[in-house]
Amino acid sequence: MRAVVIQFPGSNADFDALHTLRDVVGVQTSYVFHKTPTLPAGTDLVVLPGGFSYGDYLRCGAIARFAPVMADVRRHVERGGLLLGICNGFQILTEAGLLPGALSRNAHLRFECRDVFVRVDADGPFTQELRGRVLRLPIAHAEGRYQADEATLQSLEAKSLVAFRYVPATTPDPRAPANPNGSLHDIAGLYGGPRRNVLGLMPHPERMAEPLLGGTDGRLLFHSAVRAALAR
Amino acid sequence: MRARVTVTLKREVLDPQGEAIRRGLDALGLQGVREVRVGKVIEVELDDAVTDAPRLLREAADKLLANPVMEDFAVEIIDSAGKTVA
Repeated sequence: MRAVVIQFPGSNADFDALHTLRDVVGVQTSYVFHKTPTLPAGTDLVVLPGGFSYGDYLRCGAIARFAPVMADVRRHVERGGLLLGICNGFQILTEAGLLPGALSRNAHLRFECRDVFVRVDADGPFTQELRGRVLRLPIAHAEGRYQADEATLQSLEAKSLVAFRYVPATTPDPRAPANPNGSLHDIAGLYGGPRRNVLGLMPHPERMAEPLLGGTDGRLLFHSAVRAALAR
Repeated sequence: MRARVTVTLKREVLDPQGEAIRRGLDALGLQGVREVRVGKVIEVELDDAVTDAPRLLREAADKLLANPVMEDFAVEIIDSAGKTVA
């Protein structure tokens, strides 16, 4: 099992992803610079980390799709390799057309930095045996409001591609609405790709993977991805 | 040759930024503003050798300048006097 974390100019959660994969989950993980034309041979999992790639110029994630490494990331997906986009990584996935829809400005305009609760609503390589489970994960974003036209939303629901949905907190905090950004259908994360091998989500599972950080729910996604990669 | 591409949020897309500005105008006491929508103006300088500028710019807008999921765009070609010619 081998994982890589892509570093774009402006990525800032790259180390979080590397640390969780390498030091917590125990996967051989390295950085790949955005200018690198090819992924290392034998790459099983590619992570597009959170941050502000290319300064969020034009739109969040809009410029990153032109990074030289992205052509090989697409080939990796076509081969069935795992691709995880976290936060800005999710924005990049929609801008690159690897997932449908778009992530727009939070409905109330605030940058939301807090824990949310998401329910696992779909099976896939990152959520094996997790369906129905509610996870506590942190978010940190200003543009996380998932948006797509009605036909796209219907198709996502029909194909059960909505991986994560914001749900009310198990310990209710009346000041914090369950859906932190006005996301349509309460969508927090989506599956895509030829074999549901692409996952994009706004919450940061890599920041909730150790007791020291307040919880370990995020670790479940990475353990699931490891099992999926080893089973291939 | 100069051109201007105006990118706006689709009508049906919520514009919280525009709404915040509208409330700001309200707070200033400027009454009668019913709605504010915020977009982007992108100014482009083209080589004179470009033959079909509107087509080039529409393609640019469709593929990059605007996100068709949530934005519309309009293309204008501007002459040296600053007038819109196409």
